[in-house]
Amino acid sequence: MRASPLQKLIIAILGWGAALLMFFPVAWMVLTSFKTEINAIHSPPLLIFHPTLANYGHVIHLGDYIGALTNSVVISVGATILGLIIGIPAAYAMAFFPNRWTKDLMLWMLSTKMMPAVGVLMPIYLLCQRSGLLDTQTGLILVMMLSNLPIIVWMLYTFFKEIPGDIIEASRMDGAGPLAQLRVVLLPLAGPGIASTALLSIILSWNEAFWSINLTATNAAPLTAFIATFSAPEGLFWAKLSAASTLAVAPILIFGWATQRQLVRGLTFGAVK
Amino acid sequence: MRFTLKAALTAALFALPGANAFATTITIATVNNNDMVVMQKLSKTWEKDTGNHIKWVVLQENVLRQRVTTDIATHGGQFDIVTIGAYETPIWAKRGWLVKLNDFPASYDYNDLLPPVRQALTVDGAMYAAPFYAESSFTMYRKDLFKKAGLTMPEQPTYAQIEQFADKLTDKSKQQYGICLRGKPGWGENMAFLGTLVNTYGGRWFNMKWEPQLTSKPWENAINFYVDLMKKDGPPGASSDGFNEAEALFATGHCAIWIDSTVAAGMLDDPKQSQVAGEVGFAKAPVAVTDKGAAWQWIWSLAIPSSSKHQKTAKEFIAWATSQKYIDLVGNTEGWVVAPPGTRMSTYQNPNYLKAAPFAKQVLAALESANPHDATLKPVPYTGIQFVTIPPFQQIGTTVGQDIAGALSGSTSVSAALNSAQQSTTSAMQQAGYLK
Repeated sequence: MRASPLQKLIIAILGWGAALLMFFPVAWMVLTSFKTEINAIHSPPLLIFHPTLANYGHVIHLGDYIGALTNSVVISVGATILGLIIGIPAAYAMAFFPNRWTKDLMLWMLSTKMMPAVGVLMPIYLLCQRSGLLDTQTGLILVMMLSNLPIIVWMLYTFFKEIPGDIIEASRMDGAGPLAQLRVVLLPLAGPGIASTALLSIILSWNEAFWSINLTATNAAPLTAFIATFSAPEGLFWAKLSAASTLAVAPILIFGWATQRQLVRGLTFGAVK
Repeated sequence: MRFTLKAALTAALFALPGANAFATTITIATVNNNDMVVMQKLSKTWEKDTGNHIKWVVLQENVLRQRVTTDIATHGGQFDIVTIGAYETPIWAKRGWLVKLNDFPASYDYNDLLPPVRQALTVDGAMYAAPFYAESSFTMYRKDLFKKAGLTMPEQPTYAQIEQFADKLTDKSKQQYGICLRGKPGWGENMAFLGTLVNTYGGRWFNMKWEPQLTSKPWENAINFYVDLMKKDGPPGASSDGFNEAEALFATGHCAIWIDSTVAAGMLDDPKQSQVAGEVGFAKAPVAVTDKGAAWQWIWSLAIPSSSKHQKTAKEFIAWATSQKYIDLVGNTEGWVVAPPGTRMSTYQNPNYLKAAPFAKQVLAALESANPHDATLKPVPYTGIQFVTIPPFQQIGTTVGQDIAGALSGSTSVSAALNSAQQSTTSAMQQAGYLK
């Protein structure tokens, strides 16, 4: 059944409405970052004003933006690579060699995401402290990887399940061992799925704030910790906070924009047969 | 010859300014506010003079408290200097978490510190944190609106007068509200103001047996007054207004009266931050039944955790950052209006500061009148004005703040909110071992 022009128009309006609604806070944040502090709190809000770059100058001068950016890149990419190294074999085993505990194991893995992070703050903090991983990129890479691993395994499991078992079986008949099956057959076929999993893991690690703020101080603080330094209990720093937030989200927004095709293709992989 | 050369090279190395062979890197955990930003900026002078280096960890207030507590309790040693308030200092000092700061050089001039401020940071005769800036609370009002309405703000208004003024100055059609007060829940947010309101209505948090008194008549009167006043003359959505939101409302001309921290004075009088600069008048914090505990006291201070590995250098920095010399440096480089207030008597004798800060006398009077050791009409087993200096208070204050914010937003009644607050406070005090 084809949609009528009216239905198409309504869907388009709803789609654009939802997109604008979601984009509005980001657009307002960027706009505020170019205002003075007094213009930022002006009532009614100003749409036309004399823009200034002073807030960007202030946050770059006061905070270590480049250091935080480097930490964000290293931690999010590092956690993703490590997550894939562990997640791909795990998802492969669960998808192609299931046993009666596989479903329970998958659910248990996912259940770790249901617990609030603060519930395990003390044990994780003490583990990091005792092993010398506090305020290090390695410590945060490990924590981010563990935090994202359930999602990585679940996504990869779903993508792997879409691949017909016969293909794996045929390669096995041809003498391919588990590693060769994975490398020659599975990875090329599940490429889009793995790419979208990696992209999602990078975005989740980039935006993660709780562990970043609690486990870092000066050496490994990423951009989420950088933004937090501009939050003030007494004193209006809204324009400066907006500038810091814009600088922090800009790289990942550009990254998401550039890879949106792969991201969407991966996320809808197997959704329509 | 070789020995002489080596000795000469060593001597030359020590003689190099800023190239101290024993240069130390210290880590300072602090909050983000105007005074701390200025300290970050000017600390480069100290780094240059001493050759030492500073790493800054700037965090949101509650996160800072949690991080520092965790670090000290686990002997992490991540921080050499921490920014803490008058609430934590006595509690942490008694636990042995802080280093004594009573051996600064004579030039530090301990006697120049304002006595109530120094006293609040002293435990068993030793100072455990050095005051960086201090604040109290007072009344800020729009002189132009008062003049237009033919009203006069007394030197110390009563809450009944505040209500009359607010009623007259409210014009919701112009988004002009007679009163702005904190409504956002939190022990350092709405409960900071409400703590003083309850004090002046004759109330107290606990009796001498540590039994919560939240359903007593003074609490009922105070909270009913607050909720009624805010519903009648306050801005919409006040239950989400903290200091920053109220400041934004006042600075953009939407409030006629605001009772809050004295640090707001400098911001509201600065044309770069406020649309009502020059139109703001200041008066003492209002009173009701008693003037005891009507104005709060808060001191942002610098302290050294006992887990710090660089205590000597940390002490040197604190002695510099809380000295009169530092205040002079801020005044001369950043302008006297932003000089750290409320810590030293010499600041309030400085003609440059008095000229730049027209609110200085009121701030000093508010700070001198705030006495955390005698803040309630009836006797209490605790110290503190807007808080109770016991470890479970953070949780208690925030939970009670949530109940009262519920009454303010209309989701519950005042009596139901106070009953709930009484129950949760009793339970928290039992768990903490204060009640059997």
